[in-house]
Amino acid sequence: MELVRGRKISGGTAEGLALVSHEAISFFGGVNPDTGVITEKGHELEGTTMKDRVLVFPNGKGSTVGSYTLYRMKRNGVAPRAIINVECEPIVAVGAIISEIPTVDRLERDPLTLFQSGRRLKVDADRSVVEVSD
Amino acid sequence: MHLTNQEEKMLAGEAGFAVQKSMQILTALGEIFGADKMIPISSVQVAGVSYYNLGDAGLEYLENLAGKGAKARVKTTLNPAGMDLENWRELGIDEEFAGKQERVIRAFMKMGVTPSCTCTPYLVGNEPGRGDHIAWSESSAVTYANSILGALTNREGGPSALAAAITGRTPCYGMHIEENRKPQVHVKVDAKLAAVPDFGALGYVVGKKIGPKIPLFEGIEGAHVEQLKSLCASIATYGGTALFHTHDATYHQEEAPTEVLTITRADIEGALRALNDETAEVDFVALGCPHCTLDEIKTIAGLLEGRKVTREFWICTARQTMKEAEKIGYAQKVRAAGAKFACDTCMAVAPLKGRFSVLATDSAKACYYGRGTNDFKTHIGSVEECVNAAVTGKWS
Repeated sequence: MELVRGRKISGGTAEGLALVSHEAISFFGGVNPDTGVITEKGHELEGTTMKDRVLVFPNGKGSTVGSYTLYRMKRNGVAPRAIINVECEPIVAVGAIISEIPTVDRLERDPLTLFQSGRRLKVDADRSVVEVSD
Repeated sequence: MHLTNQEEKMLAGEAGFAVQKSMQILTALGEIFGADKMIPISSVQVAGVSYYNLGDAGLEYLENLAGKGAKARVKTTLNPAGMDLENWRELGIDEEFAGKQERVIRAFMKMGVTPSCTCTPYLVGNEPGRGDHIAWSESSAVTYANSILGALTNREGGPSALAAAITGRTPCYGMHIEENRKPQVHVKVDAKLAAVPDFGALGYVVGKKIGPKIPLFEGIEGAHVEQLKSLCASIATYGGTALFHTHDATYHQEEAPTEVLTITRADIEGALRALNDETAEVDFVALGCPHCTLDEIKTIAGLLEGRKVTREFWICTARQTMKEAEKIGYAQKVRAAGAKFACDTCMAVAPLKGRFSVLATDSAKACYYGRGTNDFKTHIGSVEECVNAAVTGKWS
């Protein structure tokens, strides 16, 4: 089992299959809060849902209202189980905290090359670590 | 980040769920931005008020927080909502939207927030003093507070400003630290600037050239509040800076930055051309971005006297300012001409997409949102030109 250290943004522990985006994600306007599907035109994950995945992406972008979109996704049961950012910014940080989605960033190795979509990951944000569990 | 004993207790949940969540938000932001401590704040202005932007997601969050006992600990006011809270029907807002918007406002009121919905809180009673640490959100108000009032604030997102209100604190980084507020570019304005649109154009040019860097302006001394708020709005919109210096407001150092940018009349004219689309027809006129002062309403009332508008014409302002205009009699002249007050809201946050196609305004910022959010074509010009357009339906 591989263990990678990072920085805690939002506490908690969750496990799921990775969904890796190499592009930033705009939650406000770029993700459907009722389905969790990425809707941004031309995005590498356009048409893919982040529901129940461990979402790995560089950082959020766009309006700060995006924090509320994450919250709505959580209430609708379509939020990612955990988030791993390269460098977290306020939109995702605030969204993850109010939605209680375990989130870490600044891993000791680049998560975008280290993890591939479909790998099983466990994010233990309270211990600031990510375990590759498959 | 160092937290005081009291802050540790807030984070541990001893002051309840809402305070705990808010502390979690603020400590996470503090970590991200490298803050070493929290600082007490005396004033908050919360963005993310219009239901058009919040959607059901934001509404649910606010109602949940209000239901769990969240209370603002310091003076807290709101950014414009998606409609005039009283006169929304006349502005063409539908029933369903109005119902949702009212729920947003009720949630904020339950949290002890003053439902004064304006981007110019400094005109209507939320006016921090020099050296005060505050947490404001709306970008023009942030720039005005830092640059003209000499208060200290980062540009907060809606949720982080609300967290600051609930805890009375904000993480100490960025604009709260004096050494981060030094001017980086010396902007020499070698042009005679006349009306408000010229100041919007100045912000457009400088913002596009220097981005989020902090300018020191030379050549705009003596500018009045209407001109300054327009400059604050456009420089923040087109560049992203949260602060500029002027010799008569906030700049007191001996040394000017070595990087120099000179702005000429040709630059201003170029910006005004860039914000004017090729179309003669106008179907929507909106003034008050940022919200109109009493003096601006006086001017508009004078220009409208004895005339009738033929196009939808909004005068966006704080409710309190409109009420003052009513007492004096300006408001009656505006309404007699068929123009409408849009209190508590504005052309940038109301649900206007699809309702109009060409906006005339005196605000460079309003052009940005008119084009970007609402797909309007835009005209920028003086108040006189805008009033004429509302009467004739033509831009000349």
